[in-house]
Amino acid sequence: MDFIGAYSSGNLLFLLKGLGTTLLVAFIAIIFSFLIGSILGILRYAKIPVLSRIVAVCVEVIRNLPLLLIIFFTFFALPEVGIKLSVTMAAITALIIFESAMLSEIVRSGLNSIEKGQIEAARSSGLTYMQTMQHIILPQALRRMVPPIVSQFISLLKDTSLAVVISLPELLHNAQIVNGKNVNYVIPIFLLIAVMYFLVNYSLSLVARRLEMKERTNRKSTGKVLPAKQQTGEMM
Amino acid sequence: MLDFTILTNNLDTYLQGFGNTLKASLLALIFSFILGVIIAVMRISPMKVLKAAGTAFVEFVRNIPLILILFIFYYGLPSLGMELSGFQAGTIALSIYTAAFIAEAIRAGILSVDKGQMEAGRSSGLTYIQTMRYIILPQAIKIVIPPLGNQFINLVKNSSILGVVAGLDLMYFGDSISSATYVVFDVYIFVAVFYLILTIPLSLFVGYLERRLAVSG
Repeated sequence: MDFIGAYSSGNLLFLLKGLGTTLLVAFIAIIFSFLIGSILGILRYAKIPVLSRIVAVCVEVIRNLPLLLIIFFTFFALPEVGIKLSVTMAAITALIIFESAMLSEIVRSGLNSIEKGQIEAARSSGLTYMQTMQHIILPQALRRMVPPIVSQFISLLKDTSLAVVISLPELLHNAQIVNGKNVNYVIPIFLLIAVMYFLVNYSLSLVARRLEMKERTNRKSTGKVLPAKQQTGEMM
Repeated sequence: MLDFTILTNNLDTYLQGFGNTLKASLLALIFSFILGVIIAVMRISPMKVLKAAGTAFVEFVRNIPLILILFIFYYGLPSLGMELSGFQAGTIALSIYTAAFIAEAIRAGILSVDKGQMEAGRSSGLTYIQTMRYIILPQAIKIVIPPLGNQFINLVKNSSILGVVAGLDLMYFGDSISSATYVVFDVYIFVAVFYLILTIPLSLFVGYLERRLAVSG
């Protein structure tokens, strides 16, 4: 093991660049996934005949597939049907497809956690369905969704590393390139990037926990709290 | 339209991959359960050192990518003079990663049982172990089963990383079929179907358990 050679400033800079790509790709993916996931979650929540069913089936199929398979699919299979994406676009697309399905479930359980009586109350005070959603249900549900969404973002950050299989220049990929220079770098470099991932994700998980605590005390015994630790082994 | 001859001509290969995916997931489930129980017990034990070690393991493992753990075992160990096959490295990485999540699920289950029950058990003359065994654990199990089921679904999906290190699973054989046939799209659709054959019934079953256990309180 060669810690000194492995941690040369050139290598460190190159790894930080990889971390930057990881963060950027994950950030773009979570924004789009939240938008699409919200639409899907609301469609499922609204129980529109046929449409809600179709959304439910799509979400369940995607949630039950490995993300790695979806990454392979967007990069290797789509060109066969005439859709050619760059490495970055293929990675982001795959992450958005998978994470939208995950986030739609968070949105849906957030909506479901608001007692039905509130809709009835709002409707009988003369608000339309859209007004009730906009002014009564969504603001409350959104606040409850924040901690699980932060947790999902942690999963997403970890999952971005799967794009190493299509050579996205993210943290793990750059680590592998540095490792290629010298076999004695492998362990030191892996340890270093493990610490990098840990520092980023652990700080985020502290944020999620704090938000969850706040949410819990805000509404002491009323209603349900969505667990921030829905963060599963989910690639994942 | 899907070309079903891809499936029928390569059925043996698909099934071999399917079998290995199942095998890796089951092995990892057993190992991660054992490791998870040990770590959960460490985390709730009154001994500070054990507690800290358990917490450190969970927080560290949970916050790094699974595929990094795999690479450490597959690419890192040989530099220390230890070679593992893709299947071995994959199963070990899956077990370690999943153990962190299982430990958390078990800990949450045990903590959710009212503290008064431990005190009541102890004051009626049961030992700590007896109270755990006859009072706390039977109640905790109910709460723990659905999250464990979810972890198993994740395990099946996560086992796809074996494909990255030639671990002879579904992903790996999907790749080898597509290199042999020069077809990608259809090959991976069938790979997806094989994963869904495992994960969809499991999801439905876990959903059913969640509802049932919620009713029986």
